[in-house]
Amino acid sequence: MLADYGYIGLLLVVAIFFAVTTLLLPFFLSFPSRLVIYFRRFTQYLETHYPFLVRFIPPLPKFPRFMQVVPYNPNPVKSSTFECGMETIGTAWVRFNFRYYFYALVFIALDVLVVFLYPWAVELRGLGLFGLIAALVFIFIIVIGYIYAWRKKVLEWK
Amino acid sequence: MTMAALPPDWPGGFWLHWGVFVVVIFVFVMATIMGFIWFERRAMAIMQARLGPNRAGPFGVLQPVADGIKVMLKEDIVPAKGDKVVHWLAPVVAFVPALMIFAVVPFQGGAILADLNIGILYIVAISSVTTVGVFMAGWASNNKYSLLGAMRQVASVVSYEIPVVLSIVGVVLLAGSLSMQQIVMAQDIPFILLQPLGFLLFFIGALAEINRAPFDLMEADSEIVAGFHTEYSGMKFALFYLVEYGEALAISAIVTTLFLGGWRGPLLLPWLWFLIKVILVFFVIVWIRTTVPRIRIDQLMALAWKFLFPLALINLIITAVEILVWPAGSLWVLVPINIAVMIVLVLLWSRFFKLGWGKVEV
Repeated sequence: MLADYGYIGLLLVVAIFFAVTTLLLPFFLSFPSRLVIYFRRFTQYLETHYPFLVRFIPPLPKFPRFMQVVPYNPNPVKSSTFECGMETIGTAWVRFNFRYYFYALVFIALDVLVVFLYPWAVELRGLGLFGLIAALVFIFIIVIGYIYAWRKKVLEWK
Repeated sequence: MTMAALPPDWPGGFWLHWGVFVVVIFVFVMATIMGFIWFERRAMAIMQARLGPNRAGPFGVLQPVADGIKVMLKEDIVPAKGDKVVHWLAPVVAFVPALMIFAVVPFQGGAILADLNIGILYIVAISSVTTVGVFMAGWASNNKYSLLGAMRQVASVVSYEIPVVLSIVGVVLLAGSLSMQQIVMAQDIPFILLQPLGFLLFFIGALAEINRAPFDLMEADSEIVAGFHTEYSGMKFALFYLVEYGEALAISAIVTTLFLGGWRGPLLLPWLWFLIKVILVFFVIVWIRTTVPRIRIDQLMALAWKFLFPLALINLIITAVEILVWPAGSLWVLVPINIAVMIVLVLLWSRFFKLGWGKVEV
């Protein structure tokens, strides 16, 4: 049994490695393009602050065209957040409607019910009628809360 | 069935078994996702009297490959006001669990990476983690539509989790085990016949959890641009795309294993049966997508809480009673009873509540 969890843990490592590599690949492919941009920013910075140093910077080697096939060319408009083509107003990190959290609260109550039903379901044949009655009492208690929530209109989208 | 339910002893032991099945899982997932992307576009096109992709390769089969190459050469745009670390991390957090599900999916007797004795519980647990990645994406983008889509996604997953998990309990009751292989071995009659209501609830809930149409309002293009992945481009977007189809594949595999008898079937090879059933389930998903219009958020919530959840509880209790009343006899007797119960319950329960009409705020 322990070996099975070993398999899963090692698969997790491979999956994370795969996802991270996939994300890093375009970064490395766009590295020449990035270098050009970074270099331009650096020279601009020097020109404004230390103009006498500019003549000492060696020029950037010319990259062949095929190495710059993945572009990197950000500008303020491109990297602003999208908002239907208008200028972005404010931030999205604001207080959110409470409506969504009602469902989360009901979910927490009912999810506990479900978790306890799993071991019960595996062993029901062994437990017999007593097991069924015990589970019914348990479900009954939760269902009272559920009906209360329904009557209080928690489940309505209002 | 003559196939053994337990993994055979590989000559190389632990590492050989692991290596072989990691390769099998990766090849299976990637190849099937590629196939599904092509299949969905092509099938939808045919259903809508269009041509669909037909340029790259014969019948456009290579379209997903072309898309993959294109997306890799795209510029990676990160919103300047967003949270860059979380923005980068979100696709990883969303993708890894979608792949991890396949660790316990049985491809045939003995062909499974890890036959956990809590297999289906493991799937329920790990498939919920994808939502965290989706919410990270929506939050880190600092985009109102992304956040709204992510919140909708979380709310819908939270709501549909309960009916889905409860309808799985019905299967567990019949099989008497949580292990995926044991569940397959228990299906002398496919559980879709013994649990028709459970299958219906599971399938609807699963569609909502992986936000396929008609429950795709968390990434509805026409109202909230594209939901959580509005600000994603290039390879990060491709990973979210993979997650979407990977989850559809996972749901097809789980439905196949739990309700359609898994790899069991006459004549053909077991893994071929598994593949055929997976493709069949995915075809039904595509079919539903082309047929049913998108529903509103209030309808989404009402369907989960007022329709699916009570029916799932009733289904669970009925199944438990049936098992205790009819422990040893032929289960074929239960098939017509359960189908009749399903029809009566669905017809009756749909009269109990209104889905809400008129103006609804989002």
